Amino acid sequence: MSKINFLKPDRANLNTFLYLGSFLFLISFLDVFFNSFFNLNLTGFLPNFLSFVLPLVLGFIGLYFIRIEYSGIKRLDLLNKHINTNNFNAVLSLLIIFIIIKSIPPILSWFVVDASFAGDSKDVCTGTGACWTYIKVWMRRFMYGMYPNAEQWRINLSFISLVLLGSVGYFATDKFKKYLTLYYVVIYPLIAFLFIFFFISGGPVFFDFSYGIIAAILSIIIGFFIPGRFKFYYFLIVPLTLYIILKYFLFFEEYIELGKLDGLNWVETGAWGGLSLTFIISFFCLIFCFPIGMAFALGRRSGFPLIRYISVGFIEFWRGVPLITVLFMSAVMFPMFLPEDFFIDKLVRAIIAISLFEAAYVAEVIRGGLQALPRGQYEAAKSLGMGYWKMHIFVILPQALKLVIPGIANTFLALVKDTPLIFVVGLLEIVGMLNLAKTNPEWLGFAMEGYVFAAIIFWIICYAMSKYSYNLEQKYKTDR
Amino acid sequence: MNLKLKDIVPQLITVIAVVLIFGFFTYNAQINMENRGIDFGYGFLSQESSFDVQFSLIEYDGSHSYFRAYLVGLLNTILVSVIGIIIATILGVIVGVARLSPNYLINKFAAFYVEFFRNIPLLLQIFFWYFAALRALPLPQDAEAIFGVFFLTIKGLYVPAFIWQNFSIFFYSLVAAVIAIIVIRIHAKKVQENQGKQIPVFFISLGLIFILPLLSFLIGGVKLSFEVPVLKQLATTSFIYEGGVSLPPELIALTLSLSLYTATFIAECVRAGIQGVGKGQKEAAASIGLTPNQVLKLVIMPQALRIIIPPTTNQYLNLTKNSSLAAAIAYPDLVLVFAGTALMQTGKAIEIVSITMFTYLTLSISISILMNWYNKRIAIQEK
Repeated sequence: MSKINFLKPDRANLNTFLYLGSFLFLISFLDVFFNSFFNLNLTGFLPNFLSFVLPLVLGFIGLYFIRIEYSGIKRLDLLNKHINTNNFNAVLSLLIIFIIIKSIPPILSWFVVDASFAGDSKDVCTGTGACWTYIKVWMRRFMYGMYPNAEQWRINLSFISLVLLGSVGYFATDKFKKYLTLYYVVIYPLIAFLFIFFFISGGPVFFDFSYGIIAAILSIIIGFFIPGRFKFYYFLIVPLTLYIILKYFLFFEEYIELGKLDGLNWVETGAWGGLSLTFIISFFCLIFCFPIGMAFALGRRSGFPLIRYISVGFIEFWRGVPLITVLFMSAVMFPMFLPEDFFIDKLVRAIIAISLFEAAYVAEVIRGGLQALPRGQYEAAKSLGMGYWKMHIFVILPQALKLVIPGIANTFLALVKDTPLIFVVGLLEIVGMLNLAKTNPEWLGFAMEGYVFAAIIFWIICYAMSKYSYNLEQKYKTDR
Repeated sequence: MNLKLKDIVPQLITVIAVVLIFGFFTYNAQINMENRGIDFGYGFLSQESSFDVQFSLIEYDGSHSYFRAYLVGLLNTILVSVIGIIIATILGVIVGVARLSPNYLINKFAAFYVEFFRNIPLLLQIFFWYFAALRALPLPQDAEAIFGVFFLTIKGLYVPAFIWQNFSIFFYSLVAAVIAIIVIRIHAKKVQENQGKQIPVFFISLGLIFILPLLSFLIGGVKLSFEVPVLKQLATTSFIYEGGVSLPPELIALTLSLSLYTATFIAECVRAGIQGVGKGQKEAAASIGLTPNQVLKLVIMPQALRIIIPPTTNQYLNLTKNSSLAAAIAYPDLVLVFAGTALMQTGKAIEIVSITMFTYLTLSISISILMNWYNKRIAIQEK
């Protein structure tokens, strides 16, 4: 056995240092562990300050002793490499371990051990833990807002059918794969709209809006048969004309009234709310902001200076202002800009405002993708005799969109996280409902539970979305 | 000029469409305002506002004008943004560097922080801090002093106030120190280029920035004293702190949530920037004999900053825009004071919303112009 220098752990005395170091580390670990889980202070006989820093000092010395390079023990080497490379890292690792141990008991006791789950009134919530009874009692309000309890099956049924219809893509055989884009871009949004219009609303809420949707979809379908060089003019003129014809000449209103399902009561949008409203708003804004953003991204890259300036102006305007002022505008200023007999529902106004706002961000993301494409792609497409639209639809956009999947996913995430802001126009989705429930005199003092509940829900949604976008990115990654 | 019909017509149609839409809106607005008997104009800005604001940096009460109220709101917005930006930057850089740490625990801890705070809506976080976390603080009479001078209570944070004598002399000494440091830096660079000698600029600067203000205390007659907040009883159960500076809970909740939220994005920018510098750069720098500190300072950071700064500025802009969420917890920022209270009182929706939007627009466009200029300046000049 060679001489031991305790200031310099070395391989020669590996076992001595290993046991000594592990022992010290274990002691410090146990001290903190007992302290936090059993409220037992092992070092209570020492002065206050010393008792406080002792585990840190012991653990540090322990880690110092086991920091031996090329010890030959695989696990020790891994441990050293990952948490124990030098003194500084050792202290940080110890601090993090101690913080985790210290914070587990209070969190656990608040969430589970001392929390109350049973019952349906405030009286059961006497413990120091969370009062999940509050969430349980208010669950319907948090999910559906002020939507009448008896009618809530309509929302459930719509959402379930929409999810099922949306998952068609996974089951489609190769024969139908080529129609999937058409399905998702045109047919699915139309079905979703009809569901929400006839089923969830069940009344004359979306009138003007529905003309717009029908006009847009009709003109897109007809647009497929229009020769490429006329497409631009076509899309400038026809949708608006169709809209005017539908609204003022065809008296479509009667048909829509006829189409109303029997026995369904009208639920006005003011009563919608909770998490379902979050989904409805996110869904529609997502559908609308994408094409608008794409149009302005192309406009910003256009060769026509005037179109370019208008696009730049649009994008920079919406990107320069906070969403809350945009919603303010849609709430107090926008009605001033419309003819007096012209009424737009406030939910629709909010959806339009958020869509335009997010469209500017989508436009910038797509522009990034367009700029990243090498010029050869444009030139190759042109040399094959493709026109502007053909070139973009078949060559440029598929590649550019693939490049910007993460950016677009981030924008959509931001959209979902922005939906609580609609409290400005007086709509209450889940966060709004929480604030309402919090002021209920029978349920005062449970703000924390509500916010934690909503935070968990939002976190799951957003985290799942970001992971999904990461998978998409990996799936469509084509090496060049 | 070779103008073709094909080039002109689409542009013309677009412009006509835009003009028509705006014309339609303006026409309707005029008719609506006539019907409701509202006249358009910015004259109301000089009228007496007759409402109070809880928290303002400049002197303000109901007898001041609406323009003054606008300034109060703007200054409060800027205050929250500046504090938020400073905290978010410090936190973001630390977390961003921590995410690159070889230490597994630190790495995961930082990743957890980023994933946790990034995926929860900012508004929810603001509500959480304001309505849940800060409401759990003690009442003024039960508050324990932090370092004996700070008091964190349910009514806000009370900090000691600085009381200066001859503040201008202190300020001039600071300015002088900064100017001296700049001169020395230029000189040091020249000396190094001509003679190859290195002057320890960092230590000289450090000395100057401490010694000159210190001299102003010793010789210039500058005096600094603190006014510590003192608990005072108003009624049997009502207590208040007097003296010092009080930061309202709205401000604390807002800066806390804004900086915690934005720091996650800044951390990602920092991580991407440092990772974006090629590994070869580091190895090349080490192989010509630079010390690890020099590698970081002379090779990695200049290149990483080039990647980090543009997206980080974007995050600063986002923070400034997000500070408008203050309206939700009644912190008197631009949106609450001007687009809220002032709008309710005057009913001038178009004017007030347009001023508010224009303010934010000016703020962000001027910063993005500055950014473009900076980007051009630091871009690598490829030959």
